[in-house]
Amino acid sequence: MLRFISGRLLKAVVILICITVLNFFLIHAAPGDPASVMAGEAGDADPAFLQQLRERFGLDQPLYVQLWIYVSSVMQLDLGYSYRQQLPVLQLISERLPATLLLSLSAFVISLGLGVAAGAFASARQGKWADTIISLAALIFYATPLFWLALMGVLLFSVQLGWLPGFGYESVGVNYTGIARAFDILQHLILPAMTLGLFFMAVYARMTRASMLEVSRLDFVKTAKAKGLRPAVIQRRHVLRNALLPVVTLAGLQAGQLVGGAVLIETVFAWPGIGRLMFDALSQRDYNLLLGVFVVSAAMVLLFNLITDVLYRLVDPRIRVAS
Amino acid sequence: MRRLLFASLAFSLTATAVLAQAVPGGKLNLIVQPEPPSVMIGITTNAPALLVGGNIYESLLRYDENLKPMPSLAKSWTISDDGLSYTFVLQDGVKWHDGKPLTSADVLFSVNDFLMKMQPRHRNLMTHVESVSAPDDKTVVFKLKEPFEAFIRGLSFYTMPILPKHIYEGTEYATNPANDKPIGTGPFKFDEWKRGSYIHLVKNPDYYLKGKPYLDELYYQVIPDGASRSVAFETGKIDVVPGGSVENFDIPRLRDLPNTCSTEKGWEYFAPLSWLWLNNRKPPMDNVKFRQAVMYALDREFAKDVLWNGYGKVATGPLSSKLPFYKNVAPTYAHDPAKAKALLKEIGYDGKPLKLLPLPYGETWQRWAEAVKQNLGDAGIPVEIEATDVAGWNQRTSNWDYDIAFTYLYQNGDPAIGVDRNYKTSQIAKGNPFNNVEGYSNPTLDTLFDQAAVAYPAAKRQELYDQAQKKLQEDVPVAWLLELGFPTIYNCKVQDLVTTASGLPESMRDAWIKK
Repeated sequence: MLRFISGRLLKAVVILICITVLNFFLIHAAPGDPASVMAGEAGDADPAFLQQLRERFGLDQPLYVQLWIYVSSVMQLDLGYSYRQQLPVLQLISERLPATLLLSLSAFVISLGLGVAAGAFASARQGKWADTIISLAALIFYATPLFWLALMGVLLFSVQLGWLPGFGYESVGVNYTGIARAFDILQHLILPAMTLGLFFMAVYARMTRASMLEVSRLDFVKTAKAKGLRPAVIQRRHVLRNALLPVVTLAGLQAGQLVGGAVLIETVFAWPGIGRLMFDALSQRDYNLLLGVFVVSAAMVLLFNLITDVLYRLVDPRIRVAS
Repeated sequence: MRRLLFASLAFSLTATAVLAQAVPGGKLNLIVQPEPPSVMIGITTNAPALLVGGNIYESLLRYDENLKPMPSLAKSWTISDDGLSYTFVLQDGVKWHDGKPLTSADVLFSVNDFLMKMQPRHRNLMTHVESVSAPDDKTVVFKLKEPFEAFIRGLSFYTMPILPKHIYEGTEYATNPANDKPIGTGPFKFDEWKRGSYIHLVKNPDYYLKGKPYLDELYYQVIPDGASRSVAFETGKIDVVPGGSVENFDIPRLRDLPNTCSTEKGWEYFAPLSWLWLNNRKPPMDNVKFRQAVMYALDREFAKDVLWNGYGKVATGPLSSKLPFYKNVAPTYAHDPAKAKALLKEIGYDGKPLKLLPLPYGETWQRWAEAVKQNLGDAGIPVEIEATDVAGWNQRTSNWDYDIAFTYLYQNGDPAIGVDRNYKTSQIAKGNPFNNVEGYSNPTLDTLFDQAAVAYPAAKRQELYDQAQKKLQEDVPVAWLLELGFPTIYNCKVQDLVTTASGLPESMRDAWIKK
């Protein structure tokens, strides 16, 4: 297992460098640069000012020099300096990381827990009203655009009913501490986490249901039934466990995106996370910041892919034996 | 003999009158959109940075809604009869937020050193200045090379914020750590910035105007989505929505909420004017009759009434009516598609489609581009809209890679500061989207603008600007659209919210909450 993990880690580092280089060129191929955006925001500029900005940011250097400087910095775990925000990229990302992780992990737990439970429940009652309702709800949440769900959530729970705050990470200007602060953050978290979770919940529910139905037709389930096991035990121990492989794959993919943030949800709910940071960096051509977010996100995707592969080997002994 | 322009006595009396009614205490929640990169306005001068930083830093003067100078850090000033010497006397008892006293040395450092290195707008203004000196701790004298009458309107926080010498001298200005925790002289002190969430300012208890500011705290909240900003105001989480922070189609709904007030005031200094750049280098835009046809084809009343909810005003020409020296000069091009068609026929326009670059600033501008496309199409000019983001728009326009492009610019208090840069031949330079991007060149107009800038006294400037406006309106180098109106929406409990021509960034020292 250790050899497997170290081999995969080595590959991951090579892939990460390739992704960084590719992203670097993609970003620089987009029209405009941070100097022109910053001059544009100021509403005034002269050639001296633009030149001054480009020199300050090193944008007057040839592209290959800029690339070399960037990649060698990344190799030393230095993600550089944000042109626009005038702060180290690592600091900006780490400031936003807790909010993003809280939102993504909550959505992840909600969607995985409720999605798998709903899918298992529906598959056990195939063709009955519970199955129909769950399948229909899953289809609706799967097909509805997230931003629309988010806005409807705000309209209903925040504007009409006044139950939940409609934006932000916590109440501003009240200085809660301890439990009171945690409760305040939880209140702010419910709407964005539920909205973000609904989509994946629908996916997990559909996938679990389909996979469990498929597995339940296999011979070993018939054997279990013939042995006289209770249906609940068959579903939990035999069907669900064997049906989880595609769910683990999807969970791995979703987990890889945890750090990348959720641009739409973070925007609608003014959630101070990495998704919004990335979007702003893109529109402002803040190269270092954008590349920094990409590097961190890519690293997380690679890490979770690795974890998924390890989990495969634990969940399904056939893979372990085959390799 | 020197003329005393303004005495602090009158101002003090006014201030006392306001003070009599105002109630101290309370906090305000405002929107700041988008989140600024920094609030150090000696370096970053975009609108959100100014909205916050304008309460931390101050300049020598403020301006009332008629652009008449008012005291700020300067309590009084005199201008010599020949218009060449401006002497400012600083307020008594002004302290930086770290407790150090403000002196004329800070003013010298700011205008001669810091801003010369960091601020293009300031550099332009200072091209008219021969020298700046400080005869004593309280006095600053600007000697001009020529009588540049616009100078008195160029001393706002927007162009000339006064910065602390003891913090910046001898340092790398762009990376000085103080940029993140700004130290100014203003009515509010920087307290905390939770990036992505809010910026918190607190009352400066040592402010030199006794009793001010009235408010204890200001929270500038970051809410990236337009619909969510509207909801935040609707649910009472936000007290003030600065002009331009929500989409226009949300404004009537918000304005009609209970206890909600709105004002268009506070934009007199910036006087944002929108227009279509018509690339004069390319046919058919190089033909004055084609450009006139575009003007006749545009239904600007529709744009004002429908797209901008009646806010703003149809532009009559290159100067906003809020600016000194504005005159309504003919021709002003009322909507007349028949006339547009006749002009196009006269020049034998072949109907070749043109590309239109909208401003990527949200839904209102997209809708406006659609309306312009329809207007021009109705007159027989087919138009294709090209989508772009802010960076792409900057690059395309500053490299002259467009046929027709939307823009709007601040006019900054005087035509010699904020208008002539868009039409003079000397202002044609690639790589800059704030100069003569359309490529119009007319030596007669160049001379008129050059003479008008340094003519003295003001009456002489008026004559020259009248001629310049007439010439431009005949030549139509760009298609002027609207004097934009950006209403500020706020809870009616907030009083004296806008007290200067620059609006919210400068007015928080006067604002208070009715109990």
